[in-house]
Amino acid sequence: MKRFTWAAPTFYIIFLMLPIYWLLNMSFKTTNEILGSFTLWPNEFTLENYIAIFTDPTWYNGYFNSLTYVGINTVISVTVALPAAYAFSRFRFLGDKHLFFWLLTNRMAPAAVFALPFFQFYSAVNLFDTHIAVALAHCLFNIPLAVWILEGFMSGIPKELDETAYVDGYSFPHFFVKIFIPTILAGIGVAAFFCFMFSWVELLLAKTLTSVAAKPIAAVMTRTASTSGYELGLLAAAGSLTIIPGAFVIYFVRNYIAKGFALGRV
Amino acid sequence: MSRKTTNQKAWLFVLPVVVLVAFNALIPLMTVVNYSVQETFGNNVFFFEGVKWFEEVLHSERFHASLLRQLTFTSIILIIEIPLGVAIALTMPRKGPWVSVCLVLMALPLLIPWNVVGAMWNIFALPDIGLLGKTLNSMGFDYDYTQQPLSAWFTVILMDVWHWTSLVVLLAYAGVSSIPEAYYQAAKIDGASSWAIIRYIELPKMKRVLTIAILLRFMDSFMIYTEPFVLTGGGPGNTTTFLSIDLVKIALGQFDLGPAAAMSLIYFMIILLLCWLFYTLMMKDEEK
Repeated sequence: MKRFTWAAPTFYIIFLMLPIYWLLNMSFKTTNEILGSFTLWPNEFTLENYIAIFTDPTWYNGYFNSLTYVGINTVISVTVALPAAYAFSRFRFLGDKHLFFWLLTNRMAPAAVFALPFFQFYSAVNLFDTHIAVALAHCLFNIPLAVWILEGFMSGIPKELDETAYVDGYSFPHFFVKIFIPTILAGIGVAAFFCFMFSWVELLLAKTLTSVAAKPIAAVMTRTASTSGYELGLLAAAGSLTIIPGAFVIYFVRNYIAKGFALGRV
Repeated sequence: MSRKTTNQKAWLFVLPVVVLVAFNALIPLMTVVNYSVQETFGNNVFFFEGVKWFEEVLHSERFHASLLRQLTFTSIILIIEIPLGVAIALTMPRKGPWVSVCLVLMALPLLIPWNVVGAMWNIFALPDIGLLGKTLNSMGFDYDYTQQPLSAWFTVILMDVWHWTSLVVLLAYAGVSSIPEAYYQAAKIDGASSWAIIRYIELPKMKRVLTIAILLRFMDSFMIYTEPFVLTGGGPGNTTTFLSIDLVKIALGQFDLGPAAAMSLIYFMIILLLCWLFYTLMMKDEEK
């Protein structure tokens, strides 16, 4: 039996790779070949679809827009979550448990419930169609997540570290920046990874809050699919390109992924 | 836990988080509550309606149908993904270069934007030019997810299994890899079978991460919107219209703000209630 244990993960990975392969396969085909015949690999290999994306500003700006708001969101979420997670891991204060549960509830709020009010709210404060609006809206589910992950990492660090630093005459801000943050760098990496991930994959809110100037790549795709007929090749190429940033990020944090998922109360 | 000191000033550290999340959560939620009790005939004139919309939604057959579809979908997802994820995590290599390869490849679907997942499966499952659709049809199955409800359900479920089982795998794997080597050695000395090792060592040790996995999969599958919307658009007919899709149809498609807001709140309450149950059960377990 031991000899065949590799079978399950192998088949599973093949199953995971098939749709991705099909997407890549299609992105290198011409529209004629896609619609005309069923081929397992491109017969007339073409980079046309990718060239179309890299030369058209509506397409490549979509990528910049997405990366911009994801970046802003990750920075905001991790920055404000750091002191909060420290407070939850070190101190007991009035309403701390309720506050923690309230944060958790925001992770459970369906985006569909918030789509319309967000649209009205951000229009009212003149932030509609800006990167910052999407970045702030995504804080709704990313800040709670970052707080949990960081709290998990911080609780694993003994309190003696703090106490020794105070005895040595460090002031609190000095201790926090110079000693504490470097100690939990791995935790910050994992938290940033999850914020990046959830902001990158979310579309409903991002689409609702933007029209032209900050439109995410994923929304550009749906618009193109519906207006200029069904250009499957172009759609496939754009889709393939959205996989790349995620793949990069996974590669950098691969040693922490499993740990990050398991931490504390995610 | 007992080493925490009481310090009310800690509120200052939490304040930025509270302000930002409240800004995002409370103000929009109040808007929803506001709409849920009012009627409008346009021109921003509103009338107070009390609980009329709530009664209407709770008695509407459309809501019952979407809720039933949602519950069916979520149960099927949990029944397939949790055991499958655990089985794969248990058979994964524990050390060596293959661990990284497996983890990176498995995490890949989790980082693809949700509508790209939908579009990808849309292309993959097309009956004439998609790999899955073509293969099934040439094997003799009558498969067309744009026309037949059964095919559509099959595709939506397969897509979700593809998309999210890895989350369960990663969680379960993290649980398994935290088991000390000594446990396995002890089991070996006692001559335990591999089933006994799974049943009495690995599953109990994974209990905590599995609770998290079930909770996360429950919440996310209950809120699913983008992937089925891109894949099937809720069709054929209304057969794959889950709660979120129905809600967006009512709110942004028909602009029936009152019923949509009431439905939002009921929807949110259902998730909150079920998660609160999970959360308290989890905490109770930890206190033991």
